[in-house]
Amino acid sequence: MTALVLVEVENGAVRQASRSAVAAASRFGAVDAIVFGDGAQAAAALPGVTRVLSVPGLVNDLAEPAADLLAARAKDYSHIVAAASATGKNILPRLAGLLDVQPIPDVVEIKDVDTFVRPIYAGNALATVRSADSIKVLTVRGSNFDPVAAEGGSATVETIEAPASEKSVFVKVELSASDRPELESARVVISGGKGLKDAANFKLLEPIADKLNAAIGASRAAVDSGFAPNEMQVGQTGKIVAPELYIAVGLSGAIQHLAGMKDSRVIVAINTDPEAPIFKVADYGIVGDLFEVLPTLEKAL
Amino acid sequence: MTMKVLVPVKRVVDYNVKVRVAADGSGVETQGVKMSMNPFDEIAVEEAVRLREKGAAKEVVVVTVGAQAAQDVLRTAMAMGADRAILVRTDDTLEPRAVANVLKAIATREEAGLICMGKQAIDDDMNATGQILAAKLGWPQGTFASAVTVADGRIEVAREIDGGTEVVSLTLPAVVTADLRLNEPRYASLPNIMKARKKPLETVEIDSLGVDTASRLTVVSVAEPAERKEGVKVNSAAELVEKLKTEAKVI
Repeated sequence: MTALVLVEVENGAVRQASRSAVAAASRFGAVDAIVFGDGAQAAAALPGVTRVLSVPGLVNDLAEPAADLLAARAKDYSHIVAAASATGKNILPRLAGLLDVQPIPDVVEIKDVDTFVRPIYAGNALATVRSADSIKVLTVRGSNFDPVAAEGGSATVETIEAPASEKSVFVKVELSASDRPELESARVVISGGKGLKDAANFKLLEPIADKLNAAIGASRAAVDSGFAPNEMQVGQTGKIVAPELYIAVGLSGAIQHLAGMKDSRVIVAINTDPEAPIFKVADYGIVGDLFEVLPTLEKAL
Repeated sequence: MTMKVLVPVKRVVDYNVKVRVAADGSGVETQGVKMSMNPFDEIAVEEAVRLREKGAAKEVVVVTVGAQAAQDVLRTAMAMGADRAILVRTDDTLEPRAVANVLKAIATREEAGLICMGKQAIDDDMNATGQILAAKLGWPQGTFASAVTVADGRIEVAREIDGGTEVVSLTLPAVVTADLRLNEPRYASLPNIMKARKKPLETVEIDSLGVDTASRLTVVSVAEPAERKEGVKVNSAAELVEKLKTEAKVI
């Protein structure tokens, strides 16, 4: 059996979530990778990858041509895998539609070649499902599979033409510039909630993030209130993170937020309300005013 | 504008309910549990109604696939402003692939010009039906939408992606799936709830559509996730840092 992994490359490096997807796919047998846009060389360096299908002409991850191309290649593979990223979740279900198979999203555990565990109800239950499809189309949660290394492999590269996209046209992209680590791969994440009271106060998290080399996240309530941009949202419908250390500041711990961070190794909560649900999952809690706690925490680090 | 917008909606366990896994591991308890319209679908209904109010669409038709009780979410959608509703009746729980087959049949019959739906249902968390449907119809897709503009036979969709926001321009007909920031759905007022009772609700037996609704996934078991142990409260930032260093050894 051979699996095909959609590998995302950003600034010349394979995203950690894609390296986790390669690790997960290795469980099925040999692994080929497909890369849209530049970056075939980075994918070819991943240990365990035999062959890279490079599609340099498909630069903006448009789902329509990407899914067409994957569908044309699908018969060579038993599994088609991607990270459960915005790109993976856009393209792979469309591919499943073209192949007339039922996709298996957000896989957190692989039992065998056709049996998978995935969270449902915002992670409040774990469903084990067995697929009867001949080609399995799945996205995997990066936080649940240790990524393969970025170097050490030497795959062959085959370049293929990008199909035309007439029905869907890329217009523009606005990426938030940040020198901080990516939320999904950061060793430490510090997230703020509505308790920060406004967008300007989110800056209070920065000196601590600087000291810990942490990514900064936000609760849905904070994003909905305009305190932080959507790409910072941690939760069921935002980013799923599982860092070594997660520091929750001024957020209550709504179910859908917990769904995005409760697999973190160590959780710290800072909140004025001792009854806040976040304390139920926190290893260490400080009941107190974040505006007083944050400066002292910064000094203590 | 003569465009008809089709809005598929799903009746799910209310987002405020803390679900319990059934003792026999077959699923979660839904008996006697409060049900509501999937929150992402409410956003999709709102967007469709706004498109009609702006003159970009002529009619908003909501559709659901489910048991007789699913009528209540169709009435809610009509109270929010949808013009009419279709219940595709089945007592089975369908997977996204099967639902997409049903919706394709309905979209074709209705000659929909746009399908606007939630990106994900909060019960199975699949985030797949819209994409599968778009593929089966051969239509372009604008997933995880945070803004849409209809003009000159196209729809421009701002999409929430991992690093920020992307904008794509799609030919119509198209499928758009709504993310959280697309809009804030209105509350249905009492007069509108009353009016919605008189709006047309058509029931279609699923078998009459002649589409493949078989499941491809077998649920082997459903289990509770491992609970985290509640930790300790510390009194100061200094004590916290000390514990993170010596006890948790994480910094």
